[in-house]
Amino acid sequence: MTKPESEITWKDLEIGSIVIEPGNANQYRTGDWRSQRPIFNSNKCIKCGICQLFCPEGCVEQNAEGYFEANLFYCKGCGICARECWTQAITMVDEEE
Amino acid sequence: MAKRIGIEVSLAIADAAKLADVDVVAAYPITPQTHIVEHLAELVANGELDAQYIPVESEHSAMSACLGASAVGARTFTATAGQGLELMHEVLYVASSMRLPVVMTVVNRALSAPLSVWGDHSDVMAVRDTGWIQIFVENGQEAIDNVLCAFRIAEDEKVLLPVMVHLDGFHLSHMIEPIYMPEQSEVDQFIPPYKYPLPLNPDKPVTMGAFAPPIIYSETKMAQEINLRASKKVILQCWSEFGSRFKRHYSPVESYHSEDAKVLLLTMGSFSETAMTTIDRMRKEGREVGLIKLRLWRPFPFKEIRQAVKDAEVLIVLDRALSFGGPGGPVCSEIKAALYNEDKKPKVVSFVGGLGGRDITADGFEEIINRGIEISQTGSEQEFEMFGVRE
Ligand code: SF4
Ligand code: SF4
Repeated sequence: MTKPESEITWKDLEIGSIVIEPGNANQYRTGDWRSQRPIFNSNKCIKCGICQLFCPEGCVEQNAEGYFEANLFYCKGCGICARECWTQAITMVDEEE
Repeated sequence: MAKRIGIEVSLAIADAAKLADVDVVAAYPITPQTHIVEHLAELVANGELDAQYIPVESEHSAMSACLGASAVGARTFTATAGQGLELMHEVLYVASSMRLPVVMTVVNRALSAPLSVWGDHSDVMAVRDTGWIQIFVENGQEAIDNVLCAFRIAEDEKVLLPVMVHLDGFHLSHMIEPIYMPEQSEVDQFIPPYKYPLPLNPDKPVTMGAFAPPIIYSETKMAQEINLRASKKVILQCWSEFGSRFKRHYSPVESYHSEDAKVLLLTMGSFSETAMTTIDRMRKEGREVGLIKLRLWRPFPFKEIRQAVKDAEVLIVLDRALSFGGPGGPVCSEIKAALYNEDKKPKVVSFVGGLGGRDITADGFEEIINRGIEISQTGSEQEFEMFGVRE
């Protein structure tokens, strides 16, 4: 979409509100739903990748050093990664604004 | 030149769908719609109609299959009635919201319980707000004419909305009537090929019916509403072109001896034919009565209704459905709403009758008119009065 959602008028919509741009769901900031964020502690991390496998959002990525981290644009803060991590390397902390 | 043949209205409707060269029919049989879909199944099985007939396990699936077919660009037809229409309910909204031009004949039937297979308009009224274009017909000729028009209206690129053609169960669906069936070539010229602008196609993927968060949902509904209201222009053009080609004329609100009438009766569907007999009779006796027939139910023809009734003193509306605990007849309450802010308007009297297949005879309509006049003169209007009910 060329415009952000907040600026789209009813006249801008395709017939039947059909989405014509494949894969544009990646523009949807599910990170807005989050009330807690995962903090990854690289001192405890054994780079097993379990957090990436379990993340229902598919938003855990491996960085250049091989450690895992959450993409906060998509992370919904569900805490599954923290629960599944073998070494308790992930802590959920409250989002404070 | 079209031939005039004697044929059961249901079979003629199936033949009309064949003339429209439908690609897909997905339907579940239910009385009194059965003969329409049985005949279509037969036409496909005999190789007379080159289409996919999908025998589904329910009406919910029937409409769902129709959506898929319409979305890939197939001309799609179905038919249902009563409980079947209710089982489709949620999918009806999806068809209109996704702008898929499915054409469906609804053979109007009373809703359970108690079980009734006979006709009234309780099924229609329950789907009033589903966003479909809805047209009522009163005889077999009107049924097949409007099924043909329905494809052209639905598939017009300015419309792209599903259309219901309503006909009364048994009172109309099972009658054998003389009907002019147009020639194939005439229909081919009248209905252009269907071309959905954004079809489901793996080479050019699109997403239909996607999730809409609060930030965009209102915009999608506004677009849908504007589009449905704007479809009236295309409906009028379609009927006008149908009239010039086939010499049979249709309009959203039709009047019968209403010009100088102080008292107007308003009906929908096949009962209008009996009501016309009553009007003829009463006119002969010098009574200033007339009839208004509401053909286009959605989009509601506000302008035409106001124009048609503005000079009358009394407007008597017959509904064949109840709005339980509400304002009486659903059609009447819409008419009242359409007139409320007008300076010049008739008194409106609501009758509910003809429920669950009960007939209203020409004498019955005369009684309704006389009673309506009495109610308006004595100022004793209630939400509604039920005609012919045993006290
Ligand atoms: S909190 Fe949930 S969504 Fe966020 S990274 Fe962990 S598993 Fe994924
Ligand atoms: S599950 Fe824990 S230890 Fe394994 S990669 Fe993720 S953070 Fe590191």
